[in-house]
Order: sequence, then structure tokens, then C-alpha cells
Amino acid sequence: MKIHEYQAKEILRKFGVATPKGIACFSADEAVDAARQLGGDAWVVKAQIYAGGRGKGGGVKVARSLQEVGQRAGEMLNMRLVTHQTGPEGQPVHRLYIEQGVHIENEFYIGMVVERRQQRVCLMASSEGGVDIETVAAETPEKIHKVFIDPISGLREQEAKDVAEKIGIPEQYLPQTVLLLQGLYRAFDECDASLLEINPLATADKQVLALDAKMNFDDNALFRHPDIVALRDLDEEDPVEVEASKHELSYIPLDGDIGCLVNGAGLAMATMDIIKLYGGNPANFLDVGGGATAEKVTEAFKLMLRNPKLKAILVNIFGGIMKCDVIAQGVVAAAREVQLVVPLVVRLEGTNVDIGKKILVDSGLTIISAENMADAAQKAVHAARSGSANFTCQCQCPS
Amino acid sequence: MSILINRNSRVMTQGITGKTGQFHTRMCRDYANGKQCFVAGINPRKPGEDFDGIPVFASVKEAKQQTGANVSVIYVPPPFAAAAIDEAVEADLDLVICITEGIPVRDMIRTRYKMQGRKTRLIGPNCPGIITPDELKIGIMPGYIHKKGRIGVVSRSGTLTYEAVAQLMALGLGQSTCIGIGGDPVNGLKHLDVMRLFNDDDETDAVLMVGEIGGSDEEDCARWIKDNMRKPVVGFIAGVTAPPGKRMGHAGAIISGGKGTAQEKLDTMEACGIKVTHNPAEMGKLLKSVL
Repeated sequence: MKIHEYQAKEILRKFGVATPKGIACFSADEAVDAARQLGGDAWVVKAQIYAGGRGKGGGVKVARSLQEVGQRAGEMLNMRLVTHQTGPEGQPVHRLYIEQGVHIENEFYIGMVVERRQQRVCLMASSEGGVDIETVAAETPEKIHKVFIDPISGLREQEAKDVAEKIGIPEQYLPQTVLLLQGLYRAFDECDASLLEINPLATADKQVLALDAKMNFDDNALFRHPDIVALRDLDEEDPVEVEASKHELSYIPLDGDIGCLVNGAGLAMATMDIIKLYGGNPANFLDVGGGATAEKVTEAFKLMLRNPKLKAILVNIFGGIMKCDVIAQGVVAAAREVQLVVPLVVRLEGTNVDIGKKILVDSGLTIISAENMADAAQKAVHAARSGSANFTCQCQCPS
Repeated sequence: MSILINRNSRVMTQGITGKTGQFHTRMCRDYANGKQCFVAGINPRKPGEDFDGIPVFASVKEAKQQTGANVSVIYVPPPFAAAAIDEAVEADLDLVICITEGIPVRDMIRTRYKMQGRKTRLIGPNCPGIITPDELKIGIMPGYIHKKGRIGVVSRSGTLTYEAVAQLMALGLGQSTCIGIGGDPVNGLKHLDVMRLFNDDDETDAVLMVGEIGGSDEEDCARWIKDNMRKPVVGFIAGVTAPPGKRMGHAGAIISGGKGTAQEKLDTMEACGIKVTHNPAEMGKLLKSVL
């Protein structure tokens, strides 16, 4: 799960991380009020969207008068912000964060992620703040310093001091930086974060400040953080993914036109891959999980059929614990309920496969049956091209 | 010999009184030597009871002392599953298989930390388990799709492993042992650990390795294979079409920071002399071609 910058900063302040003063707002008028309340003579107007790269996309602007704050805020709230992470259609801006301007001396990068090989949280720090860290990692990896944090002792004072020195934090700022880094790790650990990024961390006005903050959380741990779940902003998420998660389906929309309904994440990815390999394009990733019921399968069909580009559906099920007859019943029920307008290719294998196939045949529905994964993918690609539910397979494969 | 488990393993189920634990314990007990191998169940609140004749104990330690069980399988719900692993590790079991999906990463980091220097091996979490066909099945995979043979299978996923096994079976190739190591970012045995075991196993002639996007497990394993493996290995990596930054079902299946792509893994594997296919329908065929 992701949250906005202003929410992340609110969390971090509880762990002793210093940030500029700021106020979240939803309109240009609120923005002007916020600036007045913050005082000073310069403010930063920041678009609050989950995607990164906001600065380059025009989502972070400095304003030097209250009037300019209002103007910038008005512009941003009416724009679709396009960054390298939003896709070309961009993301509408509904929230802003107005922050006090500060006099930046130096900028640094701080990040934390779970490192899989070491199986620990890794602190990454670099002197190259304010720029894209992936570029730094690719071009000058020696400028990124790493600490693998001991989960029992936490980030030790000496480790924090060493890394701060390595990235060139000036000596007078070292004690503050050590506390800040330790606070960041405690926030990461106690909130079950999966990613924490401060880019940039800045020395400014005799302080060490987190000028930006990005925090993602481990979905598996949200059950113990209702306060964090409450921060979720559904406007920022794909409505289809939100709907899918309500039904405990794992669904990710893609660019293609062949819908895939599969049990198991690995098999679902492999199904997308084989569609592509045979010249088609998957419309989605969809894992119905191990305990799919007829209702779940129906919901899955509804989700896929929301996609106006959809030209065919491929169901690929390897029944283990989940029985093929149950899936077949679900497919038949779904096809009847949702008025299937595209060809449906079904491949069943595993437990009770014969009963499952018989259910499909007896249903009287136009279902293209496939013998194996390759056959299924080929038939789905053909069906998507011919674009008719009454399609019969013309290729060499046994149909 | 097969690897990690065989007919002489003695297994306890942690979480035997839950619906999932009961269902799968029954299925495993009914498979091959399961009846003699599944000897205990754990539930701290129900010691002295039994499940279908399998005695229930209050703790792993007690079950081990009373029955000689050396392996445990865990179906405990996610908030308590890491603690269940810890208990099995503290009791010095040989092997723990954690089926539970959805354990917080923070819990697994601590559990793996505590496992350092201990003898217990961990498979999973979020995995289908392990099967030595016609001997013993510990996990949720359908037993009947397997047959005893000389091919090792190691994979990060569930149903894709069954798919791989079905392809081997269609070509008449049985398996020595099949292991699903799970789809979580912080887990127990990695591809590399399993590969070492297959390398030393007299009853394994070749290995099918199935991976997916995320992390660098497969690359680490490929580099080791290049210098050490005495048997042919073939591979497939799922997720060539997966977009970056999106978690593909498994918590660990995500391309982040441009790292962990399927293509990168396939390239490394090929460079290390492993035959790979881009076609998930040809895993079996590819394996047969190297025998």
C-alpha cells in the first residue's frame, strides 16, 4: 500500500524526523490560507499523487507571494500530472501540500528497502540527492553506500555516523543526521514499511530536513496497522484493481486484448507470456487463487469484461486442490450471467478434469476447448483476431 | 535417496485443528507412506486430543520427544505463522515446511535472523510444499499427478510447478523430488540450496528449474551451476510480459528499480550454460532434450 508525501511526513515526524512545516489542502483558497498560516516569504506548492517524478512533471513549484501560491495551486488542481511513473494519460491532482520554503545548502539521498539476499532492511545513502537514484545506481554505483541493518539491534549509532560521513554530511550536522537515520529505520520497522525514500534529505537553515518522503507498506502486515489503512486514497488506485481486491482477486490491467483467468500467480504469468509468444497480447494478469468459488469466477469475468478492448478470454486452470468441475461450473454460471460477447477458450487440467470438461460440453455454450497450454494460447490468439464467439479454430492444432 | 524427505521422515502438522490443516493432513496421510509418516499434530489449547488417530500435542518440543518427529508442516494463520516456525527451529527439527501465505516480511526477517547457525532447514513460506513421489507428500500439491522417477523439480510457484510436472509425465518422466520454495521475498531454501541437494542426490539425473520475476535467486543459482553442477539443468522464468512496479500475485514477484526482470534472469542462465525456454508449454520437452 502507498500513501501521500504529506501523510508519510506526518508519520516520520512522530519518529523524530524533521521536515519543513506544511499543510495539506484541497483547493486554491485553502492553499492561500495554508501559506498565510505558515508565514514566511516563500512556499512550495506540491501536487500529492502516489507516482514519483512529480518535480519534472510540473507538480512541484516555488511561489514567492500568496497570490502566486493561489495561482500555482489552481493550475495544479486542474491538471493531469504526467510523470515517468504515471503513464502518458497522467494522474489527476486532487490534493496539494503547501510547505514553507527553506534555504537548501546540500541535498542527499536516503532510501530503505528489504534486501532479499541478506534478508535484512538495507539503508541506502548517496551524496547525489534530488536526482533519480536509479540513474545513480546505473552510472555511478560507487556513490551509493549501503548498510544492512541488524533486526534485533536496529541501526547502530556508529553505522549511521559512518554512512553519514561517507555521503559527505558536514560535521556540524552529523549528530542530527544520526538521530534522523535511526528514526527513519524505527519508522520503517514499526510501521511494516516495504519502502522508505527521502529524496532529497537536505541541510538547510541549520537543520537536517526530509524535503520529500515516500513510504510504501507491506500489504501482508496491514492487519496490524488500521491507522495506516485509513490513509489509503482510492482516487490514486486503478478502480478495477480496487474492485478486484474486494473479491480477493489479484488483477492487474495490461495493454492487450486477451483476458486471462488463471489459478496461481506463476501459472498466470506464464499464461500471459505464452499468449505473447504466439503473437497475441494479454489484457490482464488475473490470479483467482487457490480457493476460487463459482461467485469468484463470475466476478473475475465481470472485471475482464469491463475492458472495452477485450477480444477473447482464456481460462487456464490447473486443478490441484481446486477441482476442475467447480471451476467449470463457475465458468458456465459466469458465461450465462454476464452475456459473454467475446470468444472463450478454456483449458482445464488436473483434479476432476473429465467431469469439468463434460460440464462445459453439456452447457451448450460456445466454448473453445483446449488440450494444453500451447493449444489454449494459440486458440485464444486466433479467436482474438477473428473476433467472433462462433469462431472455429482453423489452425493445425487439434480442436 | 531423493532429497530432504523420504519414507523414513516423521512429520507433525502445526495448525492441525484448523480447516486447512485438517484437509491437507488427511490428503497427505492418504498418499503413499503418509499413514506411517504423519505422527503428530500441534495445538497448544488441545493437547491430549487426536485428529483421525493422529495425537495432538501442546508444543513442537513435546511432539518431537513423544513421537520422534523430525519434520513439521505449518498451516497456522499468517499473524502467528512466523512464531510457529520459530518454535520448530528452537526444537531443532530437521526441516520445516511453511505453507501459510501472507506472513508479514518484518516477521520473516526476524525469523530468518534467529535461524542463523541453527540446524533446521525451512521451505517456504507461501509455498505448495515438497513431494518425493510414491513415498511421501508434505504440502498441498495434488499427489496423483506425480510418479517416482529421476528428475528433480524446483520452483517458486504452485500451479506452475504442477504444470511442469504434468509435462514431464506426458513424456514418461517421473520425479525424484519436487519442491516449491515459495513466492515471498524473504524465505528459507533458495533455488541454489535446492540445486546443491539435487547435485549430491544419486537418484536425480537432471533438474527442471522454474523461476519468476523479482529478486536475484535464479541468477545466484545459475552462477553456482556454471561452476559446480554435474547434472543437466533446464529452466523457465515466468513474467517476461510483467510490467515493472506491479506485484504479480506473489509478494516477491515484482520488478523494482529495473531489477529482477525475466529477461535478465534468462540471459544470466543461458550465459551460465543452462538451457532455457521462453515457452512455458515446452518445459518438459526441453528437459527431455538434455537427458
